[in-house]
Parts: sequence; structure tokens; C-alpha cells
Amino acid sequence: MGSPPTTTTSRFPPHPRFIHVSNGPPPFQRFLDAHREDVWRFLVASVGREDAEDCFQETFISALRAYPRLRASSNLKAWVLTIAHRKALDAHRARARGALPVAEIADVADGADRSSSAAPPRDESLWHAVHELPDRQRSVVVLRFLGDLPHRDIAAAIGCSEEAARRSLHEGLTTLRQEVIA
Amino acid sequence: MNDSLAHALRTMPGETPKQAAAAARRLTERIVAERLADIDYAPVESPFGTLHAASTRRGLVRLAFPEEPLDEFLERLARKLSPRIVAAPAALDPVQRELDEYFSGRRRTFDLALDWALITPFARRVLSNTAAIPYGGHLSYAEVAAEAGSPRGARAAGNALGSNPIPIVIPCHRVLHSGGGLGGYGGGLDRKQYLLELEGALPPRL
Repeated sequence: MGSPPTTTTSRFPPHPRFIHVSNGPPPFQRFLDAHREDVWRFLVASVGREDAEDCFQETFISALRAYPRLRASSNLKAWVLTIAHRKALDAHRARARGALPVAEIADVADGADRSSSAAPPRDESLWHAVHELPDRQRSVVVLRFLGDLPHRDIAAAIGCSEEAARRSLHEGLTTLRQEVIA
Repeated sequence: MNDSLAHALRTMPGETPKQAAAAARRLTERIVAERLADIDYAPVESPFGTLHAASTRRGLVRLAFPEEPLDEFLERLARKLSPRIVAAPAALDPVQRELDEYFSGRRRTFDLALDWALITPFARRVLSNTAAIPYGGHLSYAEVAAEAGSPRGARAAGNALGSNPIPIVIPCHRVLHSGGGLGGYGGGLDRKQYLLELEGALPPRL
């Protein structure tokens, strides 16, 4: 027996030729690989490092359930950030019910990052200020700067008009500027 | 917005890539454990190089030779079966184990459950006859066609064998020309020869 052949010399095609039957989304693993960092950044900024893990899992598991119904032409990033946005709101509401002060959560999130020696120093007052924004302002600010979504997609994600999204972004940034400078 | 606040907002959380990759790994472990995906895939090592293997809840559905790019392999599965596909190395461990045993000569039949979802009805008749050819044995294209109810369909049988989505495990390499020639093989004739020599169906080449 010779050495195992590793090349192809065949009159047959090298692999089965399957018929192209539908125009669905890419394989889920590819979708996860492409968007995991956007979703992670968005969630850490929205709910803090501690709750980001659960929200991340819930986001992608919801996405997996709905996945076969998507079309290839869907804006997958805006779609998954819309789901993440809903999970983040759920986490904020659950936290409000638990009456845990936001400042404490921000400390936990920050502590988790500080445990890693490579973590860069970060502006804690800004971090706190983002968490303390009203729901819609926080969502818009985070979708814009950490999700990098255009106003149109932000409006679709949180279910308001593009104009309202712009306004909320402006209000949120104004508040943050005051808080951080103050 | 191009001031320092915008910059600070964009760069707020640290170590995103590493943490996101770790979170994604934990997620896929959960998806596999709770069987939330329709297809699991993983690389499988063989003497031919790294194969790609995919399984559904029913069993092994696809085994691809190394020259098939991973993206094409995944795209085909997504289009033909379901886009709910995740990387799940542990889920394919039994495939790796049985292939290791086969290639080292310690296994003569595969016990793996198979999913025939990618096989058309005619190919199914041809390939199930092929699956019944014992280790070390062989049939001709005409014999396999006749058993599939298509006595003059040697060429059609050849096409069905060429479309085998689970080569090696469904032993299409055991079908030869009636004159004794090797015929064709989806993974290349060298590999067909290698498998037949491994099984003792052909004398080793010098």
C-alpha cells in the first residue's frame, strides 16, 4: 500500500453538486463569527460585563430559533442588535425589580475588567453615566457608538421614528457631556 | 460627532475580541448540549488530510474530502438542509474514532448512524446496495445498477455513486468496472486505490 494520496485525479467532480434551492441566511456559525464582537461590545456597554454573558447567550439563542425564517438579504447586524437591545432592556428591568443600584452594577462590571492586567484604564464616570441614562437614550447612544448603526436602523431596533432616535441621541449625548464634565 | 466623548464611547469596553470569542464558545457548547442546532460540524483527521464532517440529530449526513473549502461545505448544508449549523468538535468524536479504527485496519464495518437526507431516491437505492458490499469485496457498476432496478443504468449508477455525500462510510469505492478497471471516484482514483488496498481487495502497489 502506497502513501495516502492527498490530491484528486478523477473524471468525477470532486464533491457532490447539490442543487441551489433557497436564498436563506448564511450558516449560523458564520453569522455568529461575524457579529459576536458587535453584540458583545453593545451588551457590555448596555448592561455591564456581569450581565453581558447571559444577555449574549439569550440574544444568539433567540436568533438561532428565528434563523431559518430569515432571508439572505436581511441586514443581519441590525437584526441581531435589535434582539440584543431587547435582551438588554429585559436585564435593566429585572435589575430595577431587584432594586440593585446602578452604581453597584457598574462597579461589578468594572471590577471584572480590572481583574485582567491587560485591561486599559477606563473612564468610570462615563461608564456610570451611560448606565444611568433613561432607557431610550441609553439604547440609542449604545446602538450608535458601540453598535455603529445608522439612525434608520436604530429607529427600527427600538421601534421609534428616525427623528425621535436623533432627538434621543442628542439628549443622551448632552446629558453625558454634562455629567462627564461636571 | 467627532469629539472626545464620541471617541470615549466607541472605545469604552476593553478586550472585546477575546471576551466575545470566549462567550461565543460557551454559547456553542450550550447549543450543542441542548441540541438547539440542526447540524453540527467538525474537522476529522484522516490519512487523506483533514475531512469536514457534519451530523444531524439522525446521524452523519456529510463527509467531505479536504479539497472542498469549508465555506462551500457549510453553504451547501445551509441551502440543502438548514442554516442552523454550529461548530461542535465533541459531537463528531464517534466519527473520528470509527475512522481512526477503520484506517488502522481494526474496523471493518461502521456502526455510525447515518442521515440519508442529502441522497435522492434513485441514488438511495444505489447507495444502500453499495453499503451492503462487505469489507474487502466489490461489485461492478452494472451489478449495482441491476440491484437498484435499473439493469442498463450503469452510467446512472456511476453518477449516483459520484454524488455520495458520505464517502468511505458508504463504501462507493467498492464499485469497480466489470473488466476490472477502477472506474471513477469522487475523491480521486488514488484514494479509491488506497482504500481498496487497505481492505485487501487489491494487491498493494509496489
